Amino acid sequence: MPRTQVYHAVTERLEVLDPMGVADLELMPDLSDEEVLGIYGDMVRMRAMDDKALKMQRQGRMGTWPPIKGQEAIQAGVAHAMIQGDWLIPAFREHGIMLLRGVPGRLIYAYWAGDERGSCFPEDVRCFPVAVPVGSQWQHGTGVGLSLKLRGERAAAVTFGGDGSTSEGDFHEALNCAGVLQVPTVFVIQNNQWAISIPLHRQTASETLAQKAHGYGIPGLQVDGNDVFAVYAAAVEALERARSGGGPTLIEAVTYRLGDHTTADDASRYRSDDEVAAWQERDPILRLRRYLADRGLWDDDRDEVLLEEARAWVDAEVEAMEAMPTQAPSDIFRHMYAELPLNLAEQMAELEAEVGS
Amino acid sequence: MSTAELATATQTDAVATERLTIAQAVRDAMRDEMERDPSVIVLGEDVGIDGGVFRATEGLIERFGPERVIDTPLAESAIIGMSVGMAATGMRPVAEIQFMGFVYPAINQLLAHAARMRNRTRGRLTVPMVVRMPYGGGIHPPEHHSESYETLFLNSPGFKVVVPSNPYDAKGLLTAAIRDPDPVLFMEPKRIYRAFREQVPSEPYTVPIGSASVVREGNDVTVVSWGAMVRVCLDAAEMLALEDVSVEVVDLRSLNPLDRETVLASVARTGRAVVVHEAPRSNGFGGEIAALIGEHALLSLLAPVQRVAGFDVVFPMAKSERFYLPTRDRVARAVRETLEF
Repeated sequence: MPRTQVYHAVTERLEVLDPMGVADLELMPDLSDEEVLGIYGDMVRMRAMDDKALKMQRQGRMGTWPPIKGQEAIQAGVAHAMIQGDWLIPAFREHGIMLLRGVPGRLIYAYWAGDERGSCFPEDVRCFPVAVPVGSQWQHGTGVGLSLKLRGERAAAVTFGGDGSTSEGDFHEALNCAGVLQVPTVFVIQNNQWAISIPLHRQTASETLAQKAHGYGIPGLQVDGNDVFAVYAAAVEALERARSGGGPTLIEAVTYRLGDHTTADDASRYRSDDEVAAWQERDPILRLRRYLADRGLWDDDRDEVLLEEARAWVDAEVEAMEAMPTQAPSDIFRHMYAELPLNLAEQMAELEAEVGS
Repeated sequence: MSTAELATATQTDAVATERLTIAQAVRDAMRDEMERDPSVIVLGEDVGIDGGVFRATEGLIERFGPERVIDTPLAESAIIGMSVGMAATGMRPVAEIQFMGFVYPAINQLLAHAARMRNRTRGRLTVPMVVRMPYGGGIHPPEHHSESYETLFLNSPGFKVVVPSNPYDAKGLLTAAIRDPDPVLFMEPKRIYRAFREQVPSEPYTVPIGSASVVREGNDVTVVSWGAMVRVCLDAAEMLALEDVSVEVVDLRSLNPLDRETVLASVARTGRAVVVHEAPRSNGFGGEIAALIGEHALLSLLAPVQRVAGFDVVFPMAKSERFYLPTRDRVARAVRETLEF
């Protein structure tokens, strides 16, 4: 008997806006100029938030911060495709999309400055807290999708992770279960090429991360993650599929981490300046600005005004964060359980006797 | 209705009862709560068509359908991780880990997420979920099917840890666990899943989590235990009664929160205590009980607190497991040593 082919698969890549800011009009998603200008403003605000956090960290006003610089297009593109009822389940380099989903900037700062209240989001914000244990959030994405499906909500779960997290067993389990249970979940990999010091080719022998979707029987697509139009188009397609009962999707958004892993990292130890410089040329904000300028929608003066507004907004958020009253010592006990058990009540009294209430 | 009132009512046939095993009582609790609350769902390996390898979910899929009784892929971390996602968004998942010895892949989801969500979001998101885990030895299974690892979770704040020892408590505690606003680890003593039957009320009821039960009254020694070992302790007490030794047996039922008062009140009266558990002795929960007695009842003590526990070894395979597990005779010996101190 000859061997026969039992499976054959193709993985596609979507690019709409090239690095010089020229869009392929055939592929251009349905976005008005106003919407594109809004997306650009969001990306500029994200970067201003990031820049400020790095400065504050050096001043001792911020804890360890994982910068998102270079990854703004993914976060803005996906956010603009989401609707009110959708849930976001982030990893830890998603401050941008968290902001766009309604998490106040002051809370994002508060969390990274070391205050749990930074994860106590407003009631109407459907967003999980940051997930530090790498890859663990993928499973929550499947679970939230299952929850939405069981309750018959026409909404989706969107969960994010990095290229490194695809090596974790939880990634496999989450996508496998999502495929079997046909949940309305969109898995977005921010493939920024580096997991601290480990490059992608040391994470996987797979040519792309998107092709892993084939192993789970779900659609997968690679997009240029520095092209906000490609990200938006892919997210719209995946979210509509999810909300209409078509099941999960894996999106690999190829980008680059222009900054260090965190403020505790020095990326120059493991990657070249040339590599970083080449990716700076592909900066997603620069690219969108070129597109807008070519269409006569943007110029340096308007950019300066926008930047000033963004910086003023950031300063106000910092001020609000720093004006938050300190937590009471007892707060470390009060939220362990719905009701305070005896041992915690005793330990709380012990701490209060030592440091006051 | 309080436990005491219910017990009285049961005796006078004021409430309908059925004779059930622990496994059946567990199933009835899930069935009744699924009936009462549409957000309660059951998920795990083989919990649907098969009704669970111990039949603890038997009949649920026929009654509630595959949407609410979910046969998951074989993935413990996913079972718990998905449950966290569901519980934080309005569902009440009751997850089954087929054997406690298989829970390790899910430890990250349990410790890093289930136990911490309420605290780290300052109450914004909570995870009202139950994890049912058959635990313990005595059924001559293959490797990795006999572990009793409550200590892993008792030193991990954020869980409640509950262990029934009889059908009445199994139904009432599991009902309470499903209604609880926080994650509850529900350890089921598989060795006695079907060992005996008891009258159990047909209607739903709860046994409060955090209350111990004095299952045998006595004056000379307090024996503290939980789960399958409670039966071993009762057997030892029965044997010692023939020697005119009066043993009080306290069934903790809930290890976290712990009903310290019931233990301390008993020890204050008897002056002697023996703690019995299946898990390894060193750094086991028996040490915590002994420490609490030392801190709060030292002057009542007439003898050191004794521990009867598993040895500090890997749980032996079937042919040697009888050497490992605490027995009636080991408990009786410890009680006598305590009396002779």
